[in-house]
Amino acid sequence: MRRALLIGLASVALMAGAAEPTERLPDPAQEARARHLFKEVRCLVCQNESIDDSEAQLAGDLRQIVREQVKAGRTDSQIRAFLVERYGEFVLLKPAFSAGNAVLWLAPIGVLLVGGGLMFGLLRRREEQPVELSQDEEERVKRLLEDD
Amino acid sequence: MITELGAFALILSLALSVAQTGLSAVGGARRSPVLAGAGRGAAVATFLAVAVAFAALIHAFVTSDFSVANVAANSHTAKPLFYKVAGAWGSHEGSMLLWCLVLTGYGAAMAFFGDSLPPRLRAYAIAIQGALGVMFLAYTVFASNPLARLLDVPVEGRSLNPLLQDWALAVHPPFLYAGYVGFSVVYSLSLAALIEGRIDAAWARWVRPWTLAAWSLLTIGITLGAFWAYYELGWGGWWAWDPVENASFMPWLIGAALLHSAIVTEKRGALPGWTAFLALAAFTFSMLGAFLVRSGVLTSVHAFAVDPTRGVLLLMMMGLAAGAGFLLFGLRAGSLNPGGQFRPISRESAIVLNNILLSTATAVVLLGTLYPLIREAMDGEAVSVGAPFFSLTFVPLMLLAFAVLPAGPLLAWKRGDAKGVARKLWIVLAAAALLGLVAYGLVQPRKALASGGLVIGFWLLGGALLEMADRLKLFRAPAGESVRRARGLPRGAWGTTLAHAGLGLFVLGAAFETAWKVEAAQALSLNDTQQLGAYTLTLTDVGTVEGPNYLAERGIVSVKNKAGTEVCHAEPERRFYPTGGQTTSEVAICPSLLDDIYIVLGERRAGEGGKPAWLVRAYVNPWVRLIFLGPLIMAIGGLISLSDRRVRLGVGRRAQEVVS
Repeated sequence: MRRALLIGLASVALMAGAAEPTERLPDPAQEARARHLFKEVRCLVCQNESIDDSEAQLAGDLRQIVREQVKAGRTDSQIRAFLVERYGEFVLLKPAFSAGNAVLWLAPIGVLLVGGGLMFGLLRRREEQPVELSQDEEERVKRLLEDD
Repeated sequence: MITELGAFALILSLALSVAQTGLSAVGGARRSPVLAGAGRGAAVATFLAVAVAFAALIHAFVTSDFSVANVAANSHTAKPLFYKVAGAWGSHEGSMLLWCLVLTGYGAAMAFFGDSLPPRLRAYAIAIQGALGVMFLAYTVFASNPLARLLDVPVEGRSLNPLLQDWALAVHPPFLYAGYVGFSVVYSLSLAALIEGRIDAAWARWVRPWTLAAWSLLTIGITLGAFWAYYELGWGGWWAWDPVENASFMPWLIGAALLHSAIVTEKRGALPGWTAFLALAAFTFSMLGAFLVRSGVLTSVHAFAVDPTRGVLLLMMMGLAAGAGFLLFGLRAGSLNPGGQFRPISRESAIVLNNILLSTATAVVLLGTLYPLIREAMDGEAVSVGAPFFSLTFVPLMLLAFAVLPAGPLLAWKRGDAKGVARKLWIVLAAAALLGLVAYGLVQPRKALASGGLVIGFWLLGGALLEMADRLKLFRAPAGESVRRARGLPRGAWGTTLAHAGLGLFVLGAAFETAWKVEAAQALSLNDTQQLGAYTLTLTDVGTVEGPNYLAERGIVSVKNKAGTEVCHAEPERRFYPTGGQTTSEVAICPSLLDDIYIVLGERRAGEGGKPAWLVRAYVNPWVRLIFLGPLIMAIGGLISLSDRRVRLGVGRRAQEVVS
């Protein structure tokens, strides 16, 4: 039984995600920056996980790439650009602010503006409502006045 | 035999739901109480037939009848009984049967409790609920029958994924479905009212309790799911903006908007069209969720087995139901009576603002979830939309809503007094800001943004408490007077306060936990220690244990505080399930009042000097309990409102009888 357990546990090597101590950078500031970047990078073979969370082998490889680049003094945007060039936009969990993604980033503001506009219109109409008479009513008023 | 009986009952339920639809529709159109009554009877019978089918499925799981394909694929003799039962809704087929059970259950409830509804509206609503039943039951019978037999009977089942063998996960689908499918009732009521061409306060009084019930149950379901993710998946997170999570979140957001707009329609007769629109949208989002989870169009960590044919069928069903609903809405919306008027500063306006922000937030979640598909269709580029996108878009929208929320319940209907409300609320704002500053000064490392999040949390919590104090005239009138007022207060008012306070607690927990989580991970040999914030962790022992259907390595981790006293004796495990060959980690959590110490045992590796070592990963998750406690309080608030005299099911009728 114990043998089966050991074989079983050894056959699926679980790693610790980004917390894996052997991967860490010696400089805590650089490590913190790398960890921050990990949250924006997708583990390409996983369903929907960042490389910060994922225990997959490929996520470990990607973490190593990002850590090496951080260590080499590249900026965050340089690292992102490097990853996109190598793996495509799919690798970024936060899509770039680009023309292609304009719909995604502008739509929230657009929807909010439309909603705000509707509310404004609703309130205005409500305020004017009691004053306005329909055409029929105006004609009736006219008739009534003329009758006198 | 019992399985065949179940299969027969399932087909019978389809026939009965056809009868329910036909009889109720004709009964409504011809104003025939006899036909409408027969339709109601058919609605109850449909539910009973589905219940028999569901019981047969549970029976097949409990007795491990592997001649049933669904049992063979999802169960195992060695599985504990509780998970055998839960296995009945753990698969695609079984969960669709649960969906049908809940759907027909709500139909039967309408037939049973709906006596105070106008007869015609009720007959139409039951007919529409029946039509939904026909659709989903036909799908279950013909495209995903959970009771189908296997010709070649296996000796042993393939078992349920061990990650899913967990109490929170086992009980969360019934809550989720009770929530999702609960919106079918408001969908049916809306469509029935649109057919009749009249949406008014009386109608809204009927929509509210069903919305409250569905929304509260959905809140519990989502919270259980998040709690499961937190302690079972071992990564310490509770929400990942995964497509499936979003699928459950969208109906929740729209449901929250509907809850509020229905109040306006009930109390003031205003916004009838908008309330009907939200009622249609809520169930549409529920169906969208069912489609997204089951079709495999989006990659997700917890999608069911992918089957494109079923996906297409579900999409068609959603298109049909939503199409019919919104088409009728489009035809009738113009002729609806706009109802009561209100000024820009009024409770109505506050609720409209709430609705705009919640709807925009829903649109953002929808867009973020579907954008990878949209972009791929546009130019073939594969993109990902993950948590960082939602943090930048969804969160600010919600913060905006939270900023105005405490003012809402304090404003009067029709014409509010902004200055009066500001005079009441300034003290809450001052206290929240002060507490935020204290947090900024005291909690290390210093984080301005997270401290701001705490200010919002305290503002919500304080605002909710102040509103209650204001209603009770606490400290302004003698204590006896306050007690008397508390007794006389409708339960709906207590519900509002609880729900808003729960939201505040959630925001506090989410802000604190996200910003000030402490992490440590190290490979430890026996009796090695590592530091986790203020705590010292020692791995004192690792042994082997044998569970009912797994084997495990169990570590003993002793957690000591600065003074050297042991605060926690943790026993994290790594389990191996031989039947499926999966390995999972069983997290050890040491809870205190608000915080958790969260410990995960990793794999064995060679440590210093060739001694065996285990990777021990640990977190301090400060205030994390509020993240689950807050939504639970929100749900309790919703259920308390549901028990209010004014909205309680069936009470209207009895009250009328007393009057007459």
